[in-house]
Amino acid sequence: MQSYSLTHLQELESEAIYVLREVASQFENPALLFSGGKDSIIVAHMARKAFWPGKIPFPLVHVDTGHNFPETIEFRDNYIKEIGANLIVGSVQQSIDEGKVVEEKGFNASRNALQTVTLLDTIEGHKFDCAMGGARRDEEKARAKERFFSHRDDFGQWDPKNQRPELWNIFNGQKNIGEHFRVFPISNWTEMDVWQYILHEKINIPSIYLAHERDVFVRDSVIMSTTSFIEQRDTEPTIRKKVRFRTIGDATCTGAVESDADSIEKIIEEVAAARTTERGTRSDDKRSEAAMEDRKKAGYF
Amino acid sequence: MDTNSYLDMELLRFSTAGSVDDGKSTLIGRLLYDSKSIFQDQYEAIEESSKRKGDETVNLALLTDGLRAEREQGITIDVAYRYFATPKRKFIIADTPGHIQYTRNMVTGSSTSNLSIILVDARHGVVEQTCRHTFISSLLGIPHVVFCVNKMDLVDYSEEKFEKIKADLEAFSSKLDVQDIHFVPMSALNGDNVVNKSDNMDWYQGSTLMYLLENIHIGSDYNHIDCRFPIQYVVRPKSEKYPDYRGYAGRIAGGVFKPGDEVAVLPSGFTSKIKTIDVMGGSLEEAFAPMSVTMTLEDDIDVSRGDMIVRENNQPNVQQDIDIMICWLNDKKMVSRGKYAIKHTSNDVRCIVKEVKYKININNLHRIEDDKEVTMNDIARISIRTTKPLLYDKYTRNRGTGSLILIDESTNETVGAGMII
Repeated sequence: MQSYSLTHLQELESEAIYVLREVASQFENPALLFSGGKDSIIVAHMARKAFWPGKIPFPLVHVDTGHNFPETIEFRDNYIKEIGANLIVGSVQQSIDEGKVVEEKGFNASRNALQTVTLLDTIEGHKFDCAMGGARRDEEKARAKERFFSHRDDFGQWDPKNQRPELWNIFNGQKNIGEHFRVFPISNWTEMDVWQYILHEKINIPSIYLAHERDVFVRDSVIMSTTSFIEQRDTEPTIRKKVRFRTIGDATCTGAVESDADSIEKIIEEVAAARTTERGTRSDDKRSEAAMEDRKKAGYF
Repeated sequence: MDTNSYLDMELLRFSTAGSVDDGKSTLIGRLLYDSKSIFQDQYEAIEESSKRKGDETVNLALLTDGLRAEREQGITIDVAYRYFATPKRKFIIADTPGHIQYTRNMVTGSSTSNLSIILVDARHGVVEQTCRHTFISSLLGIPHVVFCVNKMDLVDYSEEKFEKIKADLEAFSSKLDVQDIHFVPMSALNGDNVVNKSDNMDWYQGSTLMYLLENIHIGSDYNHIDCRFPIQYVVRPKSEKYPDYRGYAGRIAGGVFKPGDEVAVLPSGFTSKIKTIDVMGGSLEEAFAPMSVTMTLEDDIDVSRGDMIVRENNQPNVQQDIDIMICWLNDKKMVSRGKYAIKHTSNDVRCIVKEVKYKININNLHRIEDDKEVTMNDIARISIRTTKPLLYDKYTRNRGTGSLILIDESTNETVGAGMII
C-alpha cells in the first residue's frame, strides 16, 4: 500500500491553517497581530493560504511602540500593499499623549511594558473578540503551557490556573460579552521550524534578520543598536560590528548577535549550532525569573 | 548540517505519564540534554536555581516546571509542551503531571499523541498508577505505547526483574485495546538505553528509547480508508478574477480524496464529484488526512460549515442517540438529565445526558454500577441525545470524527471529553 505521510513542516502548516479557519468561523471580529517580525509574517503567510483565493478575512493590527527599527516599518508597509490586507495601527505614542501610560525614564527605559495598555485599548476600541499572534510555546517557560485558544477575562487578563482544557483539535471559543481570546496558530513551532518554513516557502523577511554592518554598543553583555531612542552611557561607546537580529521587537530592548549569516540557509546553520535561546537577547525577559508570566497575566501578548 | 534534510523529517507527538519520583522529569531532561536540545542559557538558569534551593546536582526537572506557582510549591499544574528534534524527526512532548488532576491532564495531553511513554519504577514493578496510565493511553486510542522500566541501576540491572515486569504488563495490556507495545529497561539518571545503548545490560537486545522514537512507523496512525472531510469554512472571494469561486475549506479527518471522486455531502445527502482540490498557487492530484485543503465540487449545491463531504459508498454514522465514554474535566459535577453544548468536528449542537450506565475504576478496570455521580477525573459510559444528528465514526476507528467535547452553557467551560463508542 502507498504510504501517506506528511513532513513535519506540512503537518505544522496544516495545523496552523486549521486554527486560522476556526478563528474566522468561531469569532465575529477577529484580528491578526502583526509586528513585522518573522513569526507574525509566517502566520500572515498561512492566513493567505487558508483563505486563498479569497483575501484574509480579518485585519492585521500593529501595536506600534514608535521605537521600531525603520527596516521593520518599511517591510510592514510593503507587505500589506502586496497582499492587499487591511492594516490597523495602535500607537503607544498616542497612549502616552493621552496620559493613559507614563513613559519610563532613565538608561533602561523601554516602551515594551506600555504596549500592553495600547494593545488592550486597540482591542477594545475596535471591538475585536479575538487577537491572533505568532507566539510559540518553545520561546519561554510561561508560554509552554499556553493554549491555542487562550481565554482572557474582561480586563484582558490571563489566569494560568483557569485555562480550558484543550483536547484533540476541538477548540472552544465560546465566551461572554466583553471577554476575548488570544489565539496562537504556531504554538507548536520552534525557531528552527520557522526558519525552515521561511526557506521552503521563499518568504520575504525584513533585512535586519540577515547579517549586516551596524553601529552598536554593548550593555549588560547584550549588543544593542545605536538609536535615538536609547541614551548611551559614557562607558558604552559606539562600535561597528557585523550583526543580525534573532527577534525583532522594540529597538530599545532587542539585542543583536554577531553573525556572518547573510542568507536564510546560513541562518539555519547558525540556529542549529546556537548555544543560547532566541529570547536570550531580549532584555525585557531578564527583568526577573517570572517576567513573562507576570506580563502575560496583565494582558501582554 | 544539510539545510535541505528537514524535508524528510516527520512529526511525532508523544505524552509522558508518571507519578511523583519515578524519574519522569529526569527522563525528559535526559532526552533534551543528550539530543543537545537544551541551550546554554537554559542550563545556566536551572543550574543557578538548583544552587539557590540547595540541590547538589543540577535538577533537570526545573526545565519542565514552568510557572512561578509551580516552582514555589514544587509541583506541575498542567500539561506543558516541550520540543526537540533529531535529524530524523521533530518531537512534541505533552508532559503531564502525576498528582491530583492527573486524569484530566493526561487525557488532555494524550488526545493528540502518536505515542505514550509510561514509566515504571523497576523496584516497585506494576503499581496502581501504571495500570491507570495504561488504561488512559488505551482509552485515548494512542497507537503506540512504550513502557520504560526505569531505575534499573537500583536493581543491579537485573534481567529477571525486567522480564517479570514485562510479563505483568503484557498480562494487563491484553485486557485493553493497545495496538503496539514496547518495553525498554533503562536508567534515566545515568543515561542507560535512553539515547545511548547501555553497557550495563548486555542481555537486552532491543532498541533504545530514542531509536524507537525515531523509527516507530507512524504513517498509518491516521485513518486513510474512510474519506471524511468536515467543512470548516466556505471560501467565496467574489473577486474579479474569481467571481463565482465557491470552495469548501477544511482539514481532512480521514481517507484519501482525488478530483473526480464521487462524493456525498451530509447531512443533505446530495451527490456530486470533486472538481478540484486547491491550495494557494495550485491544485493537488490527491489529498489525505491530516491535510488542510479547499475543495470545489462539480455541482452547485448548498454546503456550509458543519457539513461533511464523504465517499458515496462509505458513509459515517448519522445518529442522535449516542453512547460515549466521557472523562469529566470540571470541578462542577455532571448534572444527570443535564443539558450541555457539544463541539464535534466543525459542528455545534446541544445534548441532554440521558443516562449514566457505569463508571470505571481506572485502577483495576472494574465497572462501578452503584455510584452514578460523575465528578472531576471520573471516566464513565453515558448515553446522550443530541438536538440534531451527529456525523460520526467510532473513536477507535477515527479519533477525529469520533471525539467530542461537552461545554457548560452557563460558564462556557469545557467540562467533558467524549469518545464515541
